[in-house]
Amino acid sequence: MSERKVRVIVAKPGLDGHDRGAKVVARALRDAGMEVIYTGLRQTPEQIVQTAIQEDADAIGISILSGAHEYYFGRIIELLKERKASDILVFGGGVIPEDDVPKLKAMGAGAIFGPGTPTSVCIDWLNSAVREKWARETA
Amino acid sequence: MEKLIARALEGDHRSIARLISLVESESPQAEIIMRKIYPHSGKAHIIGLTGSPGAGKSTLADKIIAHFKSLGKTVGVIAVDPSSPFTGGAILGDRLRMQQHAVDPDVFIRSMGTRGSLGGLSRSTQEAALILDACGKDVVLIETVGVGQSEVDIVKIADTVGLILVPGMGDDIQIMKAGIMEIADIFIVNKADRDGADRVATEVNMMLDLLGMRPWRPPVLKTIAERNEGVEEVVSEMTRHADFLRRSEEGRRRRWQRLGMEVEEILRREIAAMVEVAWEKEKSPELFELLAARKTTPYEVAERILGTILTETCD
Amino acid sequence: MSESKAGEAAGNRAAYEKTVEKFLQKAPERKAAFRTGGGLPLKRLYTPEDLEGMDYERDLGYPGMYPYTRGVQPTMYRGRFWTMRQYAGFATAEESNARYRYLLSQGTTGLSVAFDLPTQIGYDSDHPMAQGEVGKVGVAIDSLADMETLFDGIPLDKVSTSMTINAPASVLLALYIAVGEKQGVPMEKLSGTIQNDILKEYIARGTYIFPPKPSMRLITDIFEFCSAHVPQWNTISISGYHIREAGSTAVQEVAFTLADGIAYVEAAVRKGQDPNVFGKRLSFFFNAHNDFLEEVAKFRAARRLWAKIMKERFGVTDKGAQMLRFHTQTAGSTLTAQQPENNIVRVAVQTLAAVLGGTQSLHTNSYDEALALPTEKSVGIALKTQQIVAYESGVTETVDPLAGSYVVESLTNEIERQAAEYIAKIDGMGGMLSAIEKGYVQQQIQDAAYATQKAIESGEQIVVGVNKFQVEEDASERALLKVDESVGAAQVKKLQAMKASRDNLKVQECLSEIRSAAKDEGTNLMPKILEAVKAYVTEGEICGVLREEFGEYRENIVL
Repeated sequence: MSERKVRVIVAKPGLDGHDRGAKVVARALRDAGMEVIYTGLRQTPEQIVQTAIQEDADAIGISILSGAHEYYFGRIIELLKERKASDILVFGGGVIPEDDVPKLKAMGAGAIFGPGTPTSVCIDWLNSAVREKWARETA
Repeated sequence: MEKLIARALEGDHRSIARLISLVESESPQAEIIMRKIYPHSGKAHIIGLTGSPGAGKSTLADKIIAHFKSLGKTVGVIAVDPSSPFTGGAILGDRLRMQQHAVDPDVFIRSMGTRGSLGGLSRSTQEAALILDACGKDVVLIETVGVGQSEVDIVKIADTVGLILVPGMGDDIQIMKAGIMEIADIFIVNKADRDGADRVATEVNMMLDLLGMRPWRPPVLKTIAERNEGVEEVVSEMTRHADFLRRSEEGRRRRWQRLGMEVEEILRREIAAMVEVAWEKEKSPELFELLAARKTTPYEVAERILGTILTETCD
Repeated sequence: MSESKAGEAAGNRAAYEKTVEKFLQKAPERKAAFRTGGGLPLKRLYTPEDLEGMDYERDLGYPGMYPYTRGVQPTMYRGRFWTMRQYAGFATAEESNARYRYLLSQGTTGLSVAFDLPTQIGYDSDHPMAQGEVGKVGVAIDSLADMETLFDGIPLDKVSTSMTINAPASVLLALYIAVGEKQGVPMEKLSGTIQNDILKEYIARGTYIFPPKPSMRLITDIFEFCSAHVPQWNTISISGYHIREAGSTAVQEVAFTLADGIAYVEAAVRKGQDPNVFGKRLSFFFNAHNDFLEEVAKFRAARRLWAKIMKERFGVTDKGAQMLRFHTQTAGSTLTAQQPENNIVRVAVQTLAAVLGGTQSLHTNSYDEALALPTEKSVGIALKTQQIVAYESGVTETVDPLAGSYVVESLTNEIERQAAEYIAKIDGMGGMLSAIEKGYVQQQIQDAAYATQKAIESGEQIVVGVNKFQVEEDASERALLKVDESVGAAQVKKLQAMKASRDNLKVQECLSEIRSAAKDEGTNLMPKILEAVKAYVTEGEICGVLREEFGEYRENIVL
């Protein structure tokens, strides 16, 4: 029997073209045995949320270096609520000042990984957060 | 579960997505789902798109979706990418080229990893196609990995198989080697603005001539998917092929053959499961000692197990 | 060398090796193998033996002379320092204008404009895709009105201006020319640079709009227009910077940048342009990374290799067109969010590498850029870093001081050799465009990026303050620059007011002129675009028409 796999959307919202981080994370998650749906650049929040729904993703990871994180996190989380898909976890990274992290978490972001975070930290967080999510589903 | 299936049959994307996941991970509910879903399927036109990596399958798929949409059809897409044989993980990037359709309520795109299936097309690919079919998609487009066995396996799932070739990629030799001339219903020479496109088209036509008269002569079409050139014709040929299958003896033969394969597949799976259970029960160190000492043979053991299975099922 | 002397030398060498062997038993080296930051193997010791076969006149020559290994000017920094050019721009044209005036008052000698993402991708501030992005990573420019404000009080005949703009480079260049005209400065007198390097956008930076073919046409149109009308303008800045930031090695940075350069030269030559003429206005843009010796060697190798390419491959005889002139920026990817003050030191080391590599201009990063846009204070320190190297370090007082160093020359040779190998491979694939289409270049860079990440996570590669020597920090004490969220709305309002007050009939006329020029490859688009911007046609409107005519590029993802 094939076991359930962690499925993660890795997306670059907006116009920011710096995708080194997103791609490195995508590879690291794959190497950790996850299925990564990579959407590429210039995604609107609507596209990201619909993708997560169609792919039955467990989590959405977004990478933003342009300073537009408040807008994108806010909008994506709001859309997930509208579509009754708030169980999908949202996390992210990029150039995000630490001061802004509490605000993003209050919006509903599960974790924010700043520059220099080892990918293993992100993998560990995902593995445990997604397994908690699965436990909630069967409960 | 009932509710989930009902919502999916109404076309709710979240529910469809969940059903596919349950089937894909071979959850205990998978069989219940498929039993409920199956009666509603059989309406969609299932199309397979195959061809070497770099042939432009995703770009073409993107444009094909748009054309079917303009004809008022709803479209489901299954894009298969390889899973890593070492970690089981995968990067599924095909939908990137189709993201303009992500927000369209009439289009559902799903990425799947091969998850260790050798053919590159797993059983769950077919089941996912059936789910999309049952849940109301008029057209289901399956994009294969494009290497190895998947190019041949797609014929077991799809009504219409489109094979994409690109000039200058040595595809001609590839075709003859893999013997996939026979399975393609439509040949698409993509990136046709490149040198050698006409040559590839001519060669394919010559090979088709060698295969002799068949009820369906596969058309050889040229496209430049990136610029949306020639795609309309591809879609209309695909539709023509679907009509042909509906009306012809050949179509009936294929449908029956596929239904037969579906039954066989389930039979094999069920029997394999029984065998596994029975063998687990029978296994013991003593038995292995006997086998090693040649006091009994694997044939006798198998015969005995089979006997047990048969009596148990007859009770 | 006499035979007895040679024998003596061999004896000394053998003795040294023996000593080392013994010494290693007591005190082993820190690592089994030593490598540069870019992954080139480094030997324990370099000696004249490593430079055997090197011919000074042929391989190094003199500064300002072929093959320019030692620099493009005969006296280098003894004449004039490099241009200290700080990349800046944020929020509105008013705020950026104030920052430029501050920088000029602090002794910066050239401006470098950062545009926001909507501007870089050809969307006006009121486009749905621009939501949340207006004024964030640079200044928002929609029309000539914004450009006039941006350069208000800054005489364009006195400064040189570099603009980081690629896909819509023609539009921004036209806007600059139009502002100049309003100030009474004719375009012949304007000097500066547009980045205009679309290939690296496909490879590494991601702010593309159009597919390769029409993009290359826009670029060669600019070459042609500037050769005739804006002779002092650098029409392109062929950029390795972003390739390196995306994770490439030093060798790849040189190889892929020069391969891009080859593609541009070929495209212009195909259009019948003379590489002796447009070749003079090609400029380059490199990254100054941490590995000091490798970086110095990299700049020198790039210069020598490009000179050979221009001379041997394209038959260029004009000296100016053989020279690789380059701008440098210190490596943004080396900045850490942890203990950000450490970045000041990193930037200083990188500055020194750029200067010893013979750069023509330099941007130094601010220490807080891994956290947010830089503040005025941090920008000030970055600029002072350059000034200290220029005025206090003494490395500027003689030309190419590291020449003849066994290790630097060995690395220079090795980087050139490996870069040439890559270029040959790309040639074999049918050139850079098809190598990009195949995803080859992207794959190479991503493999290198992932390898670096793994090396850092395994501790094989040390980043001070990140995976070693960490300290607890209190982030709340940091003063960071934040772009006011109201900037977007204000900019949209301004844009709409402008649109209401202009001659909209004229606007439509200009746009249809651009459309028909776009359809005809024989027409140069530049004059049409210039005409349009003067009539206050917006950037988004012009790019919108071009999008309809040219289509849009979609990335070729390889992971």
